[in-house]
Amino acid sequence: MNEGLLEFLKKEREQEWRLELRSRVKNKERTLLERVHMPEQEADIRNKNFSEVNLGLSEEQAVLEASRCLDCPKPTCITGCPVGINIPKFIKKIEAGEYLEAASVLKETNALPAVCGRVCPQEVQCEQVCFYAQKLDKAPVAIGNLERFAADYERNSGNISVPKISGRNGIKVASIGSGPAGLAFAGDMAKMGYNVTVFEALHEIGGVLKYGIPEFRLPNQIVEKEIENLEKMGVKFVKNFIVGKTATVEDLQEEGFTAFLVGSGAGLPNFMHIPGENYIGIYSSNEYLTRINLMNAANPEFDTPVISGRNVAVIGGGNTAMDSVRTAKRLGAERAMIIYRRSIEEMPARVEEIKHAQEEGVEFLNLHNPVEYFADEKGTVKSMKVQKMELGEPDASGRRRPIPIEGSEYLIDVDTVVVSVGVSPNPLIPQSMEDLDVSAWGTINVDKENMQTSIPDLFAGGDIVRGGATVILAMGDGRKAAAAMDRYIKGKVRNILSLIKEFNTIGEILDFAR
Amino acid sequence: MNRVVEKEYFSHAVVMLVVEAPRIAKSRQAGHFVIVRIGQKGERIPLTIAEADIEKGTITIIVQKVGVTSIKLCNLEEGDYITDVVGPLGKPTHIEKVGTVLACGGGVGVAPLLPIVEAFKKAGNKVITVLAARSRELIILEEQMRNFSDEVVIMTDDGSYGKKGLVTHGMEEVIKREQIDLSVTVGPAIMMKYCTLLTRKHEIPTVASLNTLMVDGTGMCGACRVTVGGKTKFVCVDGPEFDAFEVDFDEMLLRLDSYKPSETEAYESFQKKYQKA
Repeated sequence: MNEGLLEFLKKEREQEWRLELRSRVKNKERTLLERVHMPEQEADIRNKNFSEVNLGLSEEQAVLEASRCLDCPKPTCITGCPVGINIPKFIKKIEAGEYLEAASVLKETNALPAVCGRVCPQEVQCEQVCFYAQKLDKAPVAIGNLERFAADYERNSGNISVPKISGRNGIKVASIGSGPAGLAFAGDMAKMGYNVTVFEALHEIGGVLKYGIPEFRLPNQIVEKEIENLEKMGVKFVKNFIVGKTATVEDLQEEGFTAFLVGSGAGLPNFMHIPGENYIGIYSSNEYLTRINLMNAANPEFDTPVISGRNVAVIGGGNTAMDSVRTAKRLGAERAMIIYRRSIEEMPARVEEIKHAQEEGVEFLNLHNPVEYFADEKGTVKSMKVQKMELGEPDASGRRRPIPIEGSEYLIDVDTVVVSVGVSPNPLIPQSMEDLDVSAWGTINVDKENMQTSIPDLFAGGDIVRGGATVILAMGDGRKAAAAMDRYIKGKVRNILSLIKEFNTIGEILDFAR
Repeated sequence: MNRVVEKEYFSHAVVMLVVEAPRIAKSRQAGHFVIVRIGQKGERIPLTIAEADIEKGTITIIVQKVGVTSIKLCNLEEGDYITDVVGPLGKPTHIEKVGTVLACGGGVGVAPLLPIVEAFKKAGNKVITVLAARSRELIILEEQMRNFSDEVVIMTDDGSYGKKGLVTHGMEEVIKREQIDLSVTVGPAIMMKYCTLLTRKHEIPTVASLNTLMVDGTGMCGACRVTVGGKTKFVCVDGPEFDAFEVDFDEMLLRLDSYKPSETEAYESFQKKYQKA
């Protein structure tokens, strides 16, 4: 944590209301409180509906949980937050019962608190470095659940505050993509007074928040509300517009856009390239989830179809795999299976998602890998051959390498398969810009400090840079890019002004322009 | 929302729509397609751009009534709006001067073939076009094709117009008397398969423009995947045009029928509703 920030936090911590709150309850007593359990729908009920699994904390529960926070002099939790939320301040506002205030603290640095409170992997971020986890070996303060509480409280109150906008400067900037990177960027740039337009290729705003994450984890209506807030801040959204295709970056520059954030995501699903993978009924997780989340394929009133069978195998161990398999269960699968080549300990999915999936009746076939698919005469998948695996020495990722066991293959009946083995960056933007520096994997290379690409007017963040990460890391990138773009544009303006100063007459300027 | 400014029936089942889409009209090239969605509950389907008018800011699409979405599209009248139109998508056709091009189109596949024929002609090629359909009323864009072709051969299954026979019969007749340097085939997958069998026999390099199922059309979902040269390719971002000799048409034919049972069901219930209304 840098000195300046520490100094600022120290001053805030010494404010009257914070002192008063700390004096109310002794630290010893605070640490004796158990972490409040997030109420959730019963597993046997929720695996048949698409309503949210987590129900949210009540006011009493939130205040109780907030009172566990010790308001540490050195709040390490903040260092674990990719968007730098002032965590102790918002939590203490909850303890004080000032929930709307808590929400506005969140919105100082986070454009989408209701989203982050639901989908952030807090257990490996802020909560991992909480004093309770680090020093007391106890369950950390439920920072994520509290964030969700404050954001939900504000939304349900109808008193949604719109962050303060500095004087509008009229400078046009654009985000290419309306996912988490683009939305976080748009929020920050709008606050700084820029004229922000967000371009989206699909017919709905939100990117992966809409097409990827299912209703039971993140209801679309919550995303809608956060987008409405951005609209109130003056952000313009343009749907059905593919930058690089509908118009190029050069076209948009001619229309007055000064700088761009590329947040186009990791839109290209990976397949395993094993025999039979193109049979009917075998989807990428992107396709399966998009059909259901974005296109409402499970609702018979909508035109988009989906095949979601009785025996569904989802290949992979990430959050997207969990989302897919839990979706399949909800659509009536008798067997909803995770097929993963390592053991459960190595799974990249959040612990909470794995636990929820297990409770909902998902079968985990760990140390299994598909090797071939078989179809009926119409080309529809009917079974898959899997091979058992064992773990060897750790590989480059630090996880133990899965090694196939010879002769262990056997058949499993399946009528739907969802391949969820990662994504590659969407090629549309890199293809449309020859000068853009791109890695061998197709990700856009940026200066890590400021997210600037090899083209100075172009910044980039989220999965198009990272290749496949989380919502919150994309948002962190969007914020970092916004701060850097602001500095960059100011620098440009300063240069122009200094140039003009050197001219004595209008005639000289015109000569120069020629 | 994009307004329909002109509508024309080519036959009872084939409709031409001119749609306001100024940006797309400006950016599109031969080979490009758009994705459209009708209504908030609609699905996304790909349609190739037949023509574009930059000054008027319009694109022309040609639709055949085959399922729920295409019928909804065909039922739109002048002044109505298409909920979503996005594009232009896909890679443009690779155009160069090769000599003589044999362009073969079947059914509404003739629509995407038109800009390709135009571009090859403008690049200085001799273009011979074979248009094929079941019967006279399903032959479309003949006049426009004549504008950009050195010769147009018409084939109908029932002999009601042009010569009686399949597209391949027309092609064979041309191949016998001309040195063909490149063949382009656009139409139903089964037609493209047989066109390709023929040109392979005569060792004529062939390009096929594929029309698979799609959802997003930007490479995100993989619904459109086909096997080309033993590798999985996405029609939306790697295509829609591929070396026809390398395309696994049999796999493509199976995948096109992915939703046949549910499509038939949806179509029947839609018809019932439509008849009631």
